[in-house]
Amino acid sequence: MAKKVLVEATINGEEVTFLCEPRQSLLEVLRETLGLTGVKEGCNNGNCGACNVILDGVLVNSCLVLAVEVNGRSIITAEGIAGPNGLHPIQQKLLEHAALQCGVCTPGFVVAAKALLDRNPNPSEYEVRRWLAGNLCRCTGYDKIVRAVLDAAAVLRGEAQAGGPGAVVETKPEVAL
Amino acid sequence: MTVEKQYEVIGTRPIRPDGTDKVTGRALYGADIRLPGMLYGMVLRSPHAHARILSIDTRKAEALPGVRAVVTAADLPDLESKISELGEGTINLRYQSNNVLARDKVLYFGHAVAAVAATSIHVAEEALGLIDVQYEVLKPVLTAQEAMRPDAPILLEELRTDELGAKGTTPTNIAEHSQISRGDVEKAFAEAAVVVEREFTTATVHQGYIEPQNSTALWNVDDQLTIWCSTQGAFGVRDQVAEILEIPVSKIKVIPMEIGGGFGGKIGVYLEPIAALLSKKARRPVKLTMSRAEVLAATGPTSGSYMRIKMAANREGRITAAQAYLAYEAGAYPGSPVGSGAAVIFAPYKLDNVLIDSYDVVVNKPRAAAYRAPGGTNAAYAAEVVVDELAEKLGMDPIDFRILNGVREGDKHPGGSEYPRIGYIETLQAAKNSPHYQSKLEGPYRGRGVAAGYWGNYGGKSSASASLNPDGTISLVEGSVDIGGSRASIAMQLAETLGVAVDCIRPSVGDTDSVGYTEGTYGSRTTFATGWAAYELGNKLIQEFKARAAAYWEVDPAQVAYAKGVLTCNGRRLTLADLGSQMDDMGGPISASASVRAEKWGPAFAVHIVDVEVDPETGKVDVLRYTAAQDVGTAIHPSYVESQIHGGVAQGVGWGLNEEYVYDAQGRLLNASLLDYRMPTALDLPMIETILVEVPNPGHPYGVRGVGEVPIVPPAGALANAIYRAIGVRLNELPMSPARILAALAAKK
Repeated sequence: MAKKVLVEATINGEEVTFLCEPRQSLLEVLRETLGLTGVKEGCNNGNCGACNVILDGVLVNSCLVLAVEVNGRSIITAEGIAGPNGLHPIQQKLLEHAALQCGVCTPGFVVAAKALLDRNPNPSEYEVRRWLAGNLCRCTGYDKIVRAVLDAAAVLRGEAQAGGPGAVVETKPEVAL
Repeated sequence: MTVEKQYEVIGTRPIRPDGTDKVTGRALYGADIRLPGMLYGMVLRSPHAHARILSIDTRKAEALPGVRAVVTAADLPDLESKISELGEGTINLRYQSNNVLARDKVLYFGHAVAAVAATSIHVAEEALGLIDVQYEVLKPVLTAQEAMRPDAPILLEELRTDELGAKGTTPTNIAEHSQISRGDVEKAFAEAAVVVEREFTTATVHQGYIEPQNSTALWNVDDQLTIWCSTQGAFGVRDQVAEILEIPVSKIKVIPMEIGGGFGGKIGVYLEPIAALLSKKARRPVKLTMSRAEVLAATGPTSGSYMRIKMAANREGRITAAQAYLAYEAGAYPGSPVGSGAAVIFAPYKLDNVLIDSYDVVVNKPRAAAYRAPGGTNAAYAAEVVVDELAEKLGMDPIDFRILNGVREGDKHPGGSEYPRIGYIETLQAAKNSPHYQSKLEGPYRGRGVAAGYWGNYGGKSSASASLNPDGTISLVEGSVDIGGSRASIAMQLAETLGVAVDCIRPSVGDTDSVGYTEGTYGSRTTFATGWAAYELGNKLIQEFKARAAAYWEVDPAQVAYAKGVLTCNGRRLTLADLGSQMDDMGGPISASASVRAEKWGPAFAVHIVDVEVDPETGKVDVLRYTAAQDVGTAIHPSYVESQIHGGVAQGVGWGLNEEYVYDAQGRLLNASLLDYRMPTALDLPMIETILVEVPNPGHPYGVRGVGEVPIVPPAGALANAIYRAIGVRLNELPMSPARILAALAAKK
């Protein structure tokens, strides 16, 4: 077994230091060493997108990055997308559109959609589909995911608000108060 | 077409209660478990499709530093043959055990042979390489047609054909031949105006859930076994592990973690008994997680098939006879879904003369597992192409032809049962009137196809329990694993029954020690049956609320009225929050539980329309537009009903156009990755238009009809019919991949 290497990185805005073996993928270290299990493993060879993270602003499959490569770099995972005031519009819109079933691919889609809207705030349906083609979902047929991302883009541009077509304002009845 | 508004909660679209955890990455799936002292396991798998195991030497692996346990089939009890119920099918437990760890023979590439637990996954992987297995390699047989030949290599020496109920006497790969027969097909064919006879083959395909199988087990020093896993049914895992390991169910607790998709592929156990054995030996918790290659090579898939279909019609366009020969690959052990294929194939049609012969055939592929409407897609593909050709020969519109021949309440299913209230004709009408069908499709290499589909659905055993909280909310524990939003659809039915808002119900999924017996999430049964349990539970709670209020007010319970969370009697009033917060005055805490065995599930019908464009240079098929109409009964949460339809369509499109297992002549799987096993991406599909036709199922208190499975039944047939109109060739093989389209175009020239 090779000697472990010390790596310093910024993960979801926090300075993190960890030891890893040179053969360990970023995915393995995020999940097993750092406990960031929102980063999912679906294939471990770059085909499904469930392990998507943003590395220095670039969307990557963390299963295809070695952990030692991230020294001095910045990583955003699904756990780092929501802000201090609550869910990110992408997350909120996924919920309002019921754009998830089993949910295991969802963190990867959240991260991928964030990377898309960071660079292209006004994507067409085709551009959303093309960008998300690296993320496999077997439950939803993508319809509601694509709608949610387009809707979230509109919110981020200030053209729409949370509470879209699928949204329900939840009201507590008298009995529950 | 929707039912008139008669519910407060049912039919609304609340945000699912587990949603926030799932969009933030907080939800815990099986692979996310980490227990103190946990070891990591890996499974050694056969590189051969068919071989006798001569010896297994594990000594070198056991000696590797960090290795804490090694197991083989020798560590499993040698079970007698015994048939056991498994969701959407049955299983012989000895075969199930041999599938978990091969005993004398390996029967497919990827068959588990041994397993290791070590202090890290990398040590475990190294240890696998140190296990020495000696094989006598045998000739494999890979398709049903080949396996049925008299000179075919035999997989299971003791197997004898169950020939229409009588046992055969010679070794065979044909596990069963069964038959459905009514009327006189030969006479009807002789008298028919139009007869179409075609043969079809379909490839082996996988469920394709994104989360690989995983299982973590802790065999404690007191012999209590706890299992955390990804399963469609925790009680089913408990039952199977108890049988395979020959230990009492009372020694086993199964905790179902969040499940990352199943589609039928996570009903039978693979890793759970192995993790348990490794933990027993190592005296530490052990986690096993499959790689994607293992998932594809050794779990699922669903059957490839060979089918011959013959149908006839008279001059008026009435179908007069239908005959089918179905041979399905069971994989390594008997139990293909050919029976439900036979139930699906002619179900949408009113028939007096029908003959269906079904063959369950073992081949050197992984044991077939259920996959969404198991067996239905293969059969419906074949039948719907023949129906399309009949309509064409008669010069009839394909939807009108189906309306003329479609089943209604009181008509007979080919199997003999009478249909209850169904919404097939309404669904056909809705498809016909849809903007899609009314639109024109123009341009070269473009075509529109239509197909129908049936699925019988299921009910079964479910349980739920609830307790009243001091703030008047209700904690609901249900026995069904939530794969696609069923926490919401079940909580909504309890909320409707109690007349409270859905966010007053806090649902969670129970483990096998915390809720009553519940069958798995399969058979489109969960919203139907577990929802029914929630309805019963709500009524029990209301009775209890009334009894408590009556005792408090010193009146007869019959004098107490309950509505929308408020109890009243002679001007006095108590809310659920009063009952909960003042429990010392109200006779103590309030809880209830309900268990049902739900029958009278209503069958589901779907009609799909698809427009395609074929690229004559590459053979690629683009799906331009897709509309799915379906009788969904009462849509409890319409968004999740739509989503079930979307998902079924997407899987059906993959099955129809691209997905297939590719084996070499030695039976080695060549495409065990998600790059080469080509499932649809967001770029491969358009938006999928849905038409929810709500014909309530009279067998359910809220009219629920299973919705999840039928949408995968029509897509392959609809695509084949659309491709025919685009290129003038009827494809008789799935998938209709670019290579096959090009071959068809070349043959046409």
